[in-house]
Order: sequence, then C-alpha cells, then structure tokens
Amino acid sequence: MVAQVKEDPRYGQARKEALCTIALAAANFIWWYAFAYGLGSRPVEEYTYVWGLPSWFFWSCVVGFLVFSFAAWIMVATCFKDIPLEGRQEDVSSKGTPGEGVV
Amino acid sequence: MARFELLLPMILYLAVVYGLAVYSSRVVAKLKVGFVEEYFLGSRAMGGFVLAMTLVATYTSASSFVGGPGVAYNVGLGWVLLAMVQVPVAYFTLGVLGKKFAIVARKIKAVTVTDFLRARYESPAVVIIASLGVIIFLVAAMVAQFIGGARVFEAVTGFPYELGLIVFAVTVIIYTTVGGFRAVVLTDAVQGVVMIFGTAAILWGIIHFGGGMSSIVAQIKAVDPALLTPFGPNNAVAKPFVLSFWILVGFATVGLPYTAVRCMGYRDSRSMHQAIVIGTFVVGFLMLGMHLSGALSRAIDPNIKGADIVIPTITIKVLPPLLAGIFLAGPLAAIMSTIDSQLILASSAIVKDIYLNYVNPGAIGNLEGERKLRRLSFLTTAIIGIIVFAISFKPPSIIVWINLFALGGLESVFLWPIILGLYWKRANAPGALASMVVGLVSFLLLSNYVGRVWGMHVIVPSLLIALAAFIVVASLTPPPPQKNIRRIWE
Repeated sequence: MVAQVKEDPRYGQARKEALCTIALAAANFIWWYAFAYGLGSRPVEEYTYVWGLPSWFFWSCVVGFLVFSFAAWIMVATCFKDIPLEGRQEDVSSKGTPGEGVV
Repeated sequence: MARFELLLPMILYLAVVYGLAVYSSRVVAKLKVGFVEEYFLGSRAMGGFVLAMTLVATYTSASSFVGGPGVAYNVGLGWVLLAMVQVPVAYFTLGVLGKKFAIVARKIKAVTVTDFLRARYESPAVVIIASLGVIIFLVAAMVAQFIGGARVFEAVTGFPYELGLIVFAVTVIIYTTVGGFRAVVLTDAVQGVVMIFGTAAILWGIIHFGGGMSSIVAQIKAVDPALLTPFGPNNAVAKPFVLSFWILVGFATVGLPYTAVRCMGYRDSRSMHQAIVIGTFVVGFLMLGMHLSGALSRAIDPNIKGADIVIPTITIKVLPPLLAGIFLAGPLAAIMSTIDSQLILASSAIVKDIYLNYVNPGAIGNLEGERKLRRLSFLTTAIIGIIVFAISFKPPSIIVWINLFALGGLESVFLWPIILGLYWKRANAPGALASMVVGLVSFLLLSNYVGRVWGMHVIVPSLLIALAAFIVVASLTPPPPQKNIRRIWE
C-alpha cells in the first residue's frame, strides 16, 4: 500500500503545468509531422515553393519553429503561475549564504 | 597557412571567458560555508536569461554545429527536419521536471541529480550506478567534444589540431576548475550569444554567396532532387528513424543529468518562465540555422568529402575573414559550453555523490571539512579535465555517433528513475535499480549487436524495456518507506 501523505499544495499547480507542457509537445509533434510528410511525400516535380524553400519544409520547420516559440510564450503566460519554490516553512532560513545574484 | 584575422574574435571571446572565471572564483572564495551548493549549483541563483542560455548551450554541442550540418550536406533537408525535433527541448525539460523538481530539490537540499535519487530511493546501489554512469559517459562525451572543437579549429585557422586542443582544453579546464558552476553558466550565456551570431552569419553568408534561396534550391535540385525531400537520397532519412529522434534528442533529454541539474538551479518561478520562452526560440533558431546551412552548402560546393569539414570549408569560402572568425567562435563556444557542464557534473559525481556520501560525510558545515572539500573539488575538476584532454590526442573519426552513444546511455540510466521518482509514489529502489541496469544493458547490447530496431534508433526499445522493468519490479517488491515519500511529497 502506498503511504498516505498530505501533499504539498504547490504540486497541484506543478502537475497542471507539466500536463500543459506535454499537450504543447504533442501539438508540436503533430504540426511537424503533418506538414513534413503531408506536403513532402509527393514527387519532387510537384513541389511548390515558399520563399525559395519547398513548402513542406517551410511550413513544418520554419513556420513550425516560430509558431511553437510563440505558443511556448502563450503557455507560460496563461497556464504557468508564479509560485514560491523555497522549502518547507520551518527550514527556509537554513539555506547557506547565497552567492551574488546572477545577471 | 595560418590566418590571424580569424583569431581576433576568438581571442576577444576567450578574454571574456577568463574574466567571468575570475569573477566567479571571487564569489566562490568569499563564501565561508555553502561551498558545495555554490561550486556545483551556483547557489541556485540563475535568472531566466542565463538559465535559458546555459540549457541551450549545454545541449547544443559539436554535433549541432559540425557533425549534424555535415550530415545535412550529404542527405539534404530531411536531416534538417530531423534536427527540428529539438524545438521542444527547452520547454519540455523545464516544463515536465518543472517546479516540482525545483521545489523538491530545495526541500532535500539536492545539488546533483544523484542527490535527488539518493533521497528518493535511499539505495547505495542506485547512487553508485548513477555516479559511475555520469563519470564514464561524460568522459566519452567530453572527448568527442574536444576532438570536434580541435578539428574545426584546424580546418578554419590552418593551425595544427594539437594547438587547438591545447588552447581549448586549457581554457575550459581553468575556468571550470576555478569558477565552478557559476563560471560554467555565465560563460554558457556568453557562448550562447556567440552561437546565435555565428549561426546568423553563416546562414546569411551562404544565402548571399549562393545568389538567394531560390537559386540555391534549384542548384541542389540539379545535384539530386531527393535532397529536397523529407526522406533524402535512397531513403537515408527513413521515417521510423526520424520519429525515434523525437525520443532520443527530444523528450528523453529530460533524463540527461546535465539538463536536469539546471532544473534545480534556477532562482524563482519567473526565471523558469523566461527561460522557457527564450530557450525555445534560441534552440530552434540554432538548430534550423545550422542544419539548413549544412543542407544549403551543397549548392555552394557539391564536392566536399568528409562530414566534419563541411561547415569549416564553407565558412572560409563564403565569409570574409573577420566574420569567419566570429563564426568559428560559434562551434568552439558550443563545444566549450557543453564540456564545461559535463566537467563540473563529473566532478560533482565524485566529490558530492561519492566522497561526501560514503567517504567523509562529516565534511560539510565545519570549517576544516569545508576547506578540505574546496581543495578536493578544485583538484577533482582539474584532474578529470586533464584525463579527457590526454585521451583526445588519439582521435577516432566521426563525432556524431560517439556523442549520441553517450547521450542514449545517460538517458537509459536516468530517465525513468527521475520521472517516476518525481511523479509516481509507488516507485521504489528495486524498481529504479532494475530500470537503470536493464535500460543501460539493453541499450549497449542493442547498439552493438542489432543497430536499428524496426527502423528506429535503439534508444526507443531500450527505454521501453527499462520502463517495463521498473514497473514490473516495483509492483512485485514492497512500496518505498513512508518517510521517503513524505520527504518528497509533503
């Protein structure tokens, strides 16, 4: 039997963020796959070109990269929350002398 | 012929790196206590930009700047498609390990991934396999990186290979040894910026030199139309193989100790959010820019023999010397930023995971012990660096595969014990141990005796076998002690 524990309340949010991330990665995979093999599987003679690049490549790799960089930003802005990371209340003070802040 | 203009940007850049090492070593020297947390984790002070850059720079290695584009030159756009499976790496690693990993690491005061495994499973066998895995695979990976770096140096500058190796190795070893993790991540940030400029320069140079994208693509089509397909000539980039790279260089990178350790070293939630946005963009830009450069190079000069010299050869051809020098600094930065992280991690495996746990557990918290620890840490880092340097003088030929071997090995050892340890309460020590051993053994056996399995890279079956081993063994053995679960979850 698994131990019964009173879960740290922050983990719920953390789990939600992890699930959001997995959903984004799944969408990323589908976009990448659908454009690459959807447009790229026909004979080269039938290829169309965008900005000089074969259209499968343009949509899958160039646009896909930009779309998912933007989507990552949207995900962080909507699904992610600013929560404290420091340990349990009783040992917050026991952290060693912190170094200087990083730029 | 040696070209001095090419060296100018590199000398400037090395000067900056040494400056950061001096700064970091001052921070280290000032500390009376907390040396271990500073030297191996920078006192958990990374901000968003530095976190993003160090994650990307550590991850982006010789294979992304030299080996990978060289393959793209030979098999065309299909290899660029393969490289683009790495776009999710930054958001996926940070998002999946997530704040839970960062919170847990603070609760148990973990400084290394092995610390986490030790607190979660309390099994000396798990700790020792993890530490040895880190040391063995990282030494192999570092050798590959050193060799890649020295090759580029030789090809571009015309100076001998050995000189390149010495310049680099000495630099990396010195700044990592004296500055620890803080020097590693700060130099990574600089190196990340250098890589971005380098990538932009080479891509611009190739498109400009080739008379625009349409003309380049037409020339590639004239060489071999299959270079423009996702599959490559003779189906060289077969679909199952590409798909398995979503696992190898995409999702399973969560299990790389040098990636995971960064997920316990950031300052706060905001740093993590910024790093997801910046890191995703930067990794995508570098992968697309470099691999596309490799593929387009075929139009510039279709007769280059040897994947590793494609990028250096093209650089010299399309860029004026000063710009070529900036570009040259790019792969060197990629390589140094990977080695430094691996070096500090290998050192932490010896000092923190083995010495502090099993040889001298009392060293932390008293002045005498901390002084000893400090000496030992500097010494360990330097010695590992020197060993790797010595091995690199007798180089084997292609760097992509050596590098991927270490990558898959580390993933098959670490992925499940980290993920299941974090999200599955029933995960216990026998399960973790079974997964590590079975994962590693099946990866090594399949790599050596089978090659591809149903067209996929062997990492996919290895990870599935490791997962099955974990779940079966964990289900048949008693659940983990309640106190281990409390320590992580409450």
